[in-house]
Amino acid sequence: MKGKISIVLTGVGGQGVITAAKMLGDAAVKAGVSVYVSEIHGMAQRGGDVVCTVRMGAVESPMLPMGTADALVSTEPVEALRNVMYVHAKTKLVTDTNPTIPFTVAAGGEPYPKLEVILKELASFAQVYPVDAIALAKQAGAVITKNIVLLGALSAVDVLPFSPEVLLQAILDDVPPKYQEFNKRAFEAGRQAVSKKK
Amino acid sequence: MTDLTSPTPGITRLLLGNEAIVRGALEAGVDVATTYPGTPASEIGDTFSRIAKAALKDGRDPGFYMEYAVNEKVALEIAAGASFTGLRALTSMKHVGLNVASDTFMTYLYIGCRGGHLIVSADDPFCHSSQNEQDNRYYALFAGAPMLEPTTPQEAKDMAKAGIELSESLKLPVLMRTTTRLSHARGPVTYGPLTPPRRKGTFVKDPLLVTIPATARAKHPELLKTLEKAEEIAETSPFNSIITIGRPSDIGIIASGVSYTYVKELATDLKLNTSILKLGMTNPLPARLCADFLKTHRTVLVVEELEPILENQLKTLAYDYKIPVTILGKSTGHFTRLYEYTPDIVATALSRAFDTKNPYPAPKRSSLPIPSRPPSLCPGCPHRATYYAVKKIAPKDTIYPTDIGCYTLGKAKPLEMADVLLCMGSNAGTACGFAVSTDQKIISFMGDSTFFHSGIPPIIDAVHHQHNVVITVLDNRTTAMTGHQPHPGTDSDGMGRKATRINVEDVVKGLGVTDIHVVDPNDIKATSEAFAKALAFKGPSVVVSKSPCILLELARKRKAQETIGLYAIDQSVCKRCKTCIGRFGCPALYFAEDGSVHIDPTQCNGCGNCVQVCPFKAIHPEAKS
Repeated sequence: MKGKISIVLTGVGGQGVITAAKMLGDAAVKAGVSVYVSEIHGMAQRGGDVVCTVRMGAVESPMLPMGTADALVSTEPVEALRNVMYVHAKTKLVTDTNPTIPFTVAAGGEPYPKLEVILKELASFAQVYPVDAIALAKQAGAVITKNIVLLGALSAVDVLPFSPEVLLQAILDDVPPKYQEFNKRAFEAGRQAVSKKK
Repeated sequence: MTDLTSPTPGITRLLLGNEAIVRGALEAGVDVATTYPGTPASEIGDTFSRIAKAALKDGRDPGFYMEYAVNEKVALEIAAGASFTGLRALTSMKHVGLNVASDTFMTYLYIGCRGGHLIVSADDPFCHSSQNEQDNRYYALFAGAPMLEPTTPQEAKDMAKAGIELSESLKLPVLMRTTTRLSHARGPVTYGPLTPPRRKGTFVKDPLLVTIPATARAKHPELLKTLEKAEEIAETSPFNSIITIGRPSDIGIIASGVSYTYVKELATDLKLNTSILKLGMTNPLPARLCADFLKTHRTVLVVEELEPILENQLKTLAYDYKIPVTILGKSTGHFTRLYEYTPDIVATALSRAFDTKNPYPAPKRSSLPIPSRPPSLCPGCPHRATYYAVKKIAPKDTIYPTDIGCYTLGKAKPLEMADVLLCMGSNAGTACGFAVSTDQKIISFMGDSTFFHSGIPPIIDAVHHQHNVVITVLDNRTTAMTGHQPHPGTDSDGMGRKATRINVEDVVKGLGVTDIHVVDPNDIKATSEAFAKALAFKGPSVVVSKSPCILLELARKRKAQETIGLYAIDQSVCKRCKTCIGRFGCPALYFAEDGSVHIDPTQCNGCGNCVQVCPFKAIHPEAKS
């Protein structure tokens, strides 16, 4: 591939953000594309916000300048909003539409904006592809595959430098045999959700 | 799983920086790997542990011995002992771990090692998961340790191998300093061949291994001489190199660590004409290499995270070699001593130094109010129950010294059960200090792994001096925060072998504590009563609050195919008193838009403690569907 591709993945600890980032990295290696992935471990595992970055091509590190992401994938709508400094007007922004309300809202009285407000705000920053990833993951057979639904959606927005089949294979290489079918269906559902909108 | 132990050289795998370090150590034939877990270093020990367990399970020799030691000091000493017999060793820890091991470290450099010994310190600029962002490169200068700083996972692998070999050739332990963005970055790593480990060492006696004053006086000049040799190695080390972007100009850049990768990429993006001196072996600093670079430039920008360690040494060099160069960096305001660098920070400094336009304008953020999302105690965490039980009976001005672990998260609303924290083990020491200074009640908290790590000496102090404190050990049978590593209170070790379990209450009894309470925090009433008794006792009390980490408990239940019963709220009984949310604060509970309280079934872990907390008996097991 020529040039560079930067993808930001965000969400809540426990929603499979780090796993999704690693799968993108594995897919790039399969496709013979140079890749770096950045993760933050530790405290992030206890329900905190998580940001991972994946960069491919002529890059020296996984870190990208703000405003240069080609795609942003979020497993939670407010987390997409928290990280809009990475995007520009043409960034493909794929987000799950299901809020995970942080305890600071219930226990600390902080506000959580309404979904319509969040999506409208996101649309003023980037090209937004909202996906009900929980519903699609449930239909696929396991709600835990919500991150895979979103990877499927990402594979349909013309950003990745390799085919959806390569990404799907990287995913299947990483999951136990008994979950293969769920993941296949989740990936396909995510692809369809975005393809239909295009 | 990544085939980290593959004997095939030339294959390329996507590795985490920490995994790459393990691969490098295996390529150097490491015999002994020791650690105490701590982010961002944990995956080094965990990877050794995973490899060892897998091998032993298949009846194979893993080729090395690995240990989660009781603390970093002991970890360093175990590996040093192995090195004294000629074996190759690696010790890994987070940056503040080296403070714990520093007593050993400082004198270890005097007597030196025999088998190669690499000490990995994973620093945490920006304090992603740490209590400070100290720059451990100072330890290399402080102790006189040769130091390597990788910039990519590939280099981390190469340096781990080279570092062990360098250590063995110099007979000095070598410090490898990584940062979070290296340890937790994945990148392509091409494997080299594996070296077979030695497996058995022999200790040959040498009076110069005993640092009595006369030996120390003889050893110190020897260390300085060895460092001169190390500097000669740094002059031609492949980890120190110069690259040119565009064409050479009178402005140069000197960079180290992950910042180098930002500089390299941005210099191209900004279309700069410059040369970059990349420093990977940074102690001892290669004086000739650096002086020659300074001489050929009018201005040099120094890019290094945190402290101006290279910058200050380069200024000294310019003075000594009488080089009329302008050095830009922290003292000129191009960079800060704070936090980790980002491509944006480096781009801003580069465009200022080179007087060129920064192509990355100030980022736009949303003006909508967004709720914060700090990490929190998990739903079902037994620590929450302990905190709630204490809060019910303790006077309002009770002081709660806390410690390093998940339970630090008890600082957040609504529990607010953390008042003072310094470092591992500090809870009980500061508790004793409060006891001699105030009449306020004192209840301190530490985890079981922290208890073994450094929590025991202050309890001895409390017993000996009869300090009036309540010291709580939150015993969840694991080192939870760093990824569930074993510790002396668990019955298996890092290699998956059976280990001797040491009970917290037995130790405490042996220390002479007479008022000991062992409670199950999931019985909130009984736990409150135990703490009330402990508070009433004059002298030191210890409460051991025993319940396994909910994440381990869930994993056990899933494996045993036990059902995890969830809970729900009967809306006809709930008075919306907010006790469950506003006082107990389980994150699985939330308000719906109409103000009614619900339990999120995707978050509830089925501990059922909210049933005890609800004053109106509105919470009950969810009906089976």
